[in-house]
Amino acid sequence: MDIFADQVLLSRIQFALTASYHFIFVPITIGIGLIMAIFVTRAYRTKDAEDDALARMWVRIYTATFAIGVATGITMEFSFGTNWANYSRFVGDIFGAPLAAEALFAFFLESIFLGFIIFGRNKIKPALYVASAWLTFAGSALSALWILIANSWMQTPAGAMLSPDGNEAWITDFFAAAFNPSTLPRYAHTVLALLVMGAFVTIAVAAWYMHKGRNSRAANAMLRVGGVVGVISVAFLLVAAHASAVEVWEQQPTKLAMMEGQYETEAPELSAFGFVDEESQEAVTLGIPGGTSFLATGTWDAEYPGLNELATYEQFDGLEVDQLPVNFVYQVYHIMVAMFGLIVICLLLALIFGRARAKHGVKNMKWLQWLLIISPVFPFLAIQTGWLTAEVGRQPYVVYPSNSGPEGVFLHTDVATSPSVQPFEVVITLALFFLVYLLLFVGWWRVVARFVKAGPVHDKPANVADAAAVEAAGISFKNVGTDGAVEAVAVEAVETEGGAK
Amino acid sequence: MSALAVLWFFLIFLLIAGYFVLDGFDLGVGILYPFICKDDRDRQICRRAIGPVWDGNEVWLLTAGGALFAAFPDAYATTFSGFYLAIMLVLFALIVRAVSFEFYEGDAKWRGVWNVCFFLGSLLPAVLFGVAIGNVVAGIPLDAAGNYTGIPLLGLITPFTLLTGLLGLVMCIAAGACWLALKAPLGSGLQQRAAKLRLPSQLIALVLFITLTVVLFAMMGGTEEMVAELEVPRFLLAALFVVALGAAMFLAYNGRKSEEGRNSLWAFLGQSVSAVALVFLLACSMFPVLVMASPESTGAALTLMNAGATDASLGYMTVILCIGLPFVLLYHVLIYRTFRGRVALDAE
Repeated sequence: MDIFADQVLLSRIQFALTASYHFIFVPITIGIGLIMAIFVTRAYRTKDAEDDALARMWVRIYTATFAIGVATGITMEFSFGTNWANYSRFVGDIFGAPLAAEALFAFFLESIFLGFIIFGRNKIKPALYVASAWLTFAGSALSALWILIANSWMQTPAGAMLSPDGNEAWITDFFAAAFNPSTLPRYAHTVLALLVMGAFVTIAVAAWYMHKGRNSRAANAMLRVGGVVGVISVAFLLVAAHASAVEVWEQQPTKLAMMEGQYETEAPELSAFGFVDEESQEAVTLGIPGGTSFLATGTWDAEYPGLNELATYEQFDGLEVDQLPVNFVYQVYHIMVAMFGLIVICLLLALIFGRARAKHGVKNMKWLQWLLIISPVFPFLAIQTGWLTAEVGRQPYVVYPSNSGPEGVFLHTDVATSPSVQPFEVVITLALFFLVYLLLFVGWWRVVARFVKAGPVHDKPANVADAAAVEAAGISFKNVGTDGAVEAVAVEAVETEGGAK
Repeated sequence: MSALAVLWFFLIFLLIAGYFVLDGFDLGVGILYPFICKDDRDRQICRRAIGPVWDGNEVWLLTAGGALFAAFPDAYATTFSGFYLAIMLVLFALIVRAVSFEFYEGDAKWRGVWNVCFFLGSLLPAVLFGVAIGNVVAGIPLDAAGNYTGIPLLGLITPFTLLTGLLGLVMCIAAGACWLALKAPLGSGLQQRAAKLRLPSQLIALVLFITLTVVLFAMMGGTEEMVAELEVPRFLLAALFVVALGAAMFLAYNGRKSEEGRNSLWAFLGQSVSAVALVFLLACSMFPVLVMASPESTGAALTLMNAGATDASLGYMTVILCIGLPFVLLYHVLIYRTFRGRVALDAE
């Protein structure tokens, strides 16, 4: 079929594009939200000017990233109605309550206290300023909970029943729906991954300063904070990821079978990498036989139904095995796992060589500096591929007929779109999303790169217009006086130094 | 129709009213921005006047959208998919507007780009929300499943919906002018220009309101199709709109002589009350209908009876609202109190 006439496919591409893009900035925002709150608290406790400058740099990076996360999040809320009208009609009775809770509990919290962080330095008490930083972070972490409740319900529906006409899912028990079988493991898995992302961004900035041989005190502090947050998050992440995998094993058999490329019923292996040929239904893989079975159940030979057997189950309502994107799900899942390995290696290296007084440390190891500078790519890829595993692995259903789900409460993706939206309209908006999101990314990169380059300095500019601009960006100083000019020169010097190298 | 459904019908209009009042003034500031600012300092004041609050203001829209999805999924699905391109235009506008705020400050070379984004991002929502409301009131072609069957985008633009769009725009401009007159440094050129703009924009809003009322009556042949029990509230709300706007106009006129008093604040509040009255007048005129069906429709209009969530769902939402709303109001009190008074640029 011509892709430009396939409204379902176009809507799926648009959702995948906008959700993935949104999910670039959400992890950075929530991840560095914690880092920002930590540095703001630190500056409050030490009352040290350098610590204060470092905290302010992270506030600036945080607010610029927060803005783009919020902006691209509006797309997600609107898109349920614009592109997925039939889906909205089906799940509205259930999906709406968490969404309303997200807005009331989380969005107001984060956006209003963000106003205090950006503009409130001279207006509120320092302790309240610290509280605002933590409340903003809490708000963003809370908004992640509600949207994951909604998404987890689509993976493992609960607390609901099918309406008598069969067209809607009706809520019967709010808490059963909100804390459905996959909510808690998936929330923990996701939020911990986001914190790892924040830790790696922090470590990368520290490594870049070490590479440039500047801001050594701030760099050491960032390397330490990033390392500690990273290690703690990764340790818990391992537990949460395991719980997610067990949940998939118990609840979403077709997803698990796709993740391991398993067409026939057997004890699933734990493969490192491979390739699944969907036509011949053969998987060429390297792995431990029965490994996945062992991880999920503790025994090496627990049989698991393959896709061909699952297709015969009434539960899956005429599943067409040859239409399933098995190789895609297999690959993204295994990329995620491989990235986790790289994350652990990077963290270990950063910890071993990160001690400030060590003779042989990150600060004089060029190769390690470079590795750490590019290292945010690993959690970034892990997060993107992990999310793709969860969402593509759920296909061909938008609401998945999970093992413990209520009778009849599921929905096929291809009947979930908006009947009144023409394919050409989606083509237009897809093109616009490309353009606008590209502009956003370039704009964001310019701003954040500039903040990082300027670094944790008291950048009090010399002329008034710029001072006003910086002031509004959240960097306010009560005593713009003689030293303002001196420090402005310092910024210039730093920027030219950066450019010269 | 259940009591909970009736409650949520009016709660959604309350959220829309909150959005219209709060984001209305910061959209208005964004629309006036290229015309009312003479130099960088003026632009700085405009941004500072709405900087701490605009983000929270916009959340009212997300909440209204979420609540519509939750309480009346069919109305949400029909309007958002039926108005696809219009909604997407609003969406792109809100996106570039949100980032223009933060990126402007950190990127001296791209300020021109972000200035344009800020202006367009303010203008498009102000007009298009009014157009959307006009369509919902005048009726759109629906099929039996409740899907819009008209021409995409162009089918939504009629003289009537253009008028409602214009009313929304002018109300935002008037609110923006009132806000700047209240927040800009006293006696500054910017403050004086904003104060002078209030009276004419409010006058145009009043004329548009009267025109729309007449047109609506001519189209519907009176108020027979509206719910009779709400006749008195409708009359009172229409009167409140006129009185509040009139009072704001009187203060705006008077305020040109004495800005030192509380005139600017009262003028802004009068303007805000008129905006709330307008939204609830709309609610009382439409009740119990959410989306009117135009005569060529094969399906029925979406009402409280056929578009609502179950009472169980509405009950949970009511609990969530009772817990959440006090916090939301507290945050607003905190932020508006902290940033009360006129903008003072420190670095002078």
